[in-house]
Amino acid sequence: MPSPRYAREIPTRYRLEAGRCKGCGKVVYPARLVCPACRGRDFETVTLSRKGKVITSTVVHVPPDDFLMEAPYAMAVVETPEGARFMTQVVDCDPSTVLPGMDVALEFRLIRKEGKSGILCYGHKGVPVA
Amino acid sequence: MREVAIVGAGMTRFGELWKYSLRDMFVEAASGALHDAGADRLDSMYVGCMSGGQFVGQEHLGPLMADHLGMTGVAAVHVESACASGGVALRQAFMEVASGMSDLVLAAGIEKMNDGADVTNVLATAADQETEVYYGITFPGLYAMIARAHMQQYGTTEEDLAWVAVKNHKHGAMNEKAQFRREVTAEEVMSSSMVSEPLRLLHCSPVTDGAAAVLVCPLEMAKQFTDRPVKILASGLATGSMALADREDPAVLDSVQKSGERAYEMAGIGPRDVNVAEVHDCFTIAEICCTEALGFVEKGKGGPAAKEGFTALGGCIPVNTSGGLKSKGHPVGATGIAQTIEIFRQLRGEAGARQVENARIGLTQNMGGSGASSVVHIFEGV
Repeated sequence: MPSPRYAREIPTRYRLEAGRCKGCGKVVYPARLVCPACRGRDFETVTLSRKGKVITSTVVHVPPDDFLMEAPYAMAVVETPEGARFMTQVVDCDPSTVLPGMDVALEFRLIRKEGKSGILCYGHKGVPVA
Repeated sequence: MREVAIVGAGMTRFGELWKYSLRDMFVEAASGALHDAGADRLDSMYVGCMSGGQFVGQEHLGPLMADHLGMTGVAAVHVESACASGGVALRQAFMEVASGMSDLVLAAGIEKMNDGADVTNVLATAADQETEVYYGITFPGLYAMIARAHMQQYGTTEEDLAWVAVKNHKHGAMNEKAQFRREVTAEEVMSSSMVSEPLRLLHCSPVTDGAAAVLVCPLEMAKQFTDRPVKILASGLATGSMALADREDPAVLDSVQKSGERAYEMAGIGPRDVNVAEVHDCFTIAEICCTEALGFVEKGKGGPAAKEGFTALGGCIPVNTSGGLKSKGHPVGATGIAQTIEIFRQLRGEAGARQVENARIGLTQNMGGSGASSVVHIFEGV
């Protein structure tokens, strides 16, 4: 991913900033210009809680090249208490235990590297709540 | 709107076609369609291709393909909607003829996936780069999440999924154009190597080279080209959320349902009127979700349909008699047109051992991404 794009996405990835539509209350993550539920354009910024519940999941055994060293790894769609849903890895556990309904904390982690000499790209990963 | 018919079809064999380039495959399929109809001219053509740019480094496919077909000068444009590119090319051709703007239009689909590109990464460009691919998800991974949600909510089993592959390979074994002309057993599917849980290798469509083309014209002109034209009754196109996480129910493909409803309404028929269908089984779970969304089976009850024979040849609604993407192969941009050709053959009674008896109404459903776009066409033999 080219670096200018990475810089632009820092509020989303580092701070979990989302938008709450002032018209209908829908929380969209990442923030958007137009609400997908009511087409409103007036948003307030909200910060997502660093926790969520697994909605659906998989264990990736055949990964993209950038993730070769990590396979097999669990990926899940996680829903935060604010109602925002997003895709992320769930780590620090046996990947086969990551199933719908699991509670996870969202921790700031290294996600990928921009080539061999590029920048390190961060974001949030899920970690099962003991 | 004018009534529109398909009057000719041509396609390459599907598979790893090392000796053929993207343009070679296009020319073989397009010439085949023209020859089939006995036509020597074109007003316009649409070339469906997901990613010539990334697979072989070639864009600007409209004029390139027109040039190589010996048709420089005709209107020609490339259309893209990921794996639904072929179906969308047919829709464009249908609209151009229906509107009265052109009489003879070629709709083609092409893809060259085996020229050394990183296929996993190219296909992933049909998912949301910012919210999905960044975190390491793959296309099989997205459909695996759909599968797990379906299993969780509706009790669908791994064996149900496996039977979709068993059924489609059984059909594909009878198709001389198919990439994998052999049958598989449920045990083979369920013990094949894991790709993304719960999907294994034999739940996934293969990486394929291939091209397919059909020639469309006004129905009133069709008899000039063939005794057995196939009328296009309807075309429905719809979009859904790009990212899987943005869907209320990850086990439901909204765009498929909407595109189906639009096509049924335009054709003035319902799912029970369809005699044979080709649906987008890029992964076994996709066939299950699509047959539900199209109304062939009740929501949540698509799981056992393949095993029980409901969607097999000889069943109530034979689905993917060509072998589907699973066995016939899935050269992504070509798939929508290849599906159309199977229905064209079925409605003309030319499907040989795969023939559905008395097939009169056929349907194709072609999908892009993890279901962010879907296009449905309904056809009638005349």
